Amino acid sequence: MEQLLYVAVFVTLGYFFGKRAESKHFKSLIEREQHLNALPAMASRMPPQDGQYDQVLVSGSVVIANDYFKTFVAGLRNLFGGKITTYESLLDRARREALLRMKEQAQQMNADLVFNVKYETANISGQTSKKPPIIEAHAYGTALRKL
Amino acid sequence: MLISNLEFMTGKKVTKHLGLVQGSSVRAKHAGRDIMSGIKNMFGGELKAYTELLQESREEATERMIEQAQAIGANAVLNVRFSTSSITAGAAEIYVYGTAVIIDNPA
Repeated sequence: MEQLLYVAVFVTLGYFFGKRAESKHFKSLIEREQHLNALPAMASRMPPQDGQYDQVLVSGSVVIANDYFKTFVAGLRNLFGGKITTYESLLDRARREALLRMKEQAQQMNADLVFNVKYETANISGQTSKKPPIIEAHAYGTALRKL
Repeated sequence: MLISNLEFMTGKKVTKHLGLVQGSSVRAKHAGRDIMSGIKNMFGGELKAYTELLQESREEATERMIEQAQAIGANAVLNVRFSTSSITAGAAEIYVYGTAVIIDNPA
């Protein structure tokens, strides 16, 4: 009985704090994305062939933890199968944040473009399925500055 | 040392390919950070300590790759890739590899 109470408390806490943190993060993501729209990042492997460029590797990464509520909901979902929306938003946030950090680094060196952007995602909480997921998103690419 | 994940340098010519160079680094998180992350796991959000840890680890791996490239006389590493794998619950391995080349007149 006592254990059930703990779970209920954690789920409620996770729900409120997690939701607040997430909406705050999304707001800041949208704001910064608009700000960095002038610096396009592309997945293309062929850089423009006109003229000389300065070429530097840039990268950005972020580690995000899931909150208790989301882990709980995902656990329930695992019984019935189907789309786990709570994890989708977590991965979305992580990838967008990583890309933004990469772009910020590129902006600091006055780059014009970022080419050959690659993403990688890793689960760093280990292989045990009991632990709530902690994921790392890493984005890297080549920043080009026209000489 | 020029590092890039494109397959060539814009406006420069690769004169010699020297083969694959690589670097890796395994880091564990210490207990204090682990406890903090346990708390964070309740509420969600970014784990800044881990972000920094992995960043440092990645820098070290890159450093090792550069050392190796310098040892065989390269002046650039092209087509660089990163990969991360979690080995156990407490440690992550960062691996970085690329092609060491010699390019003419590196600025």
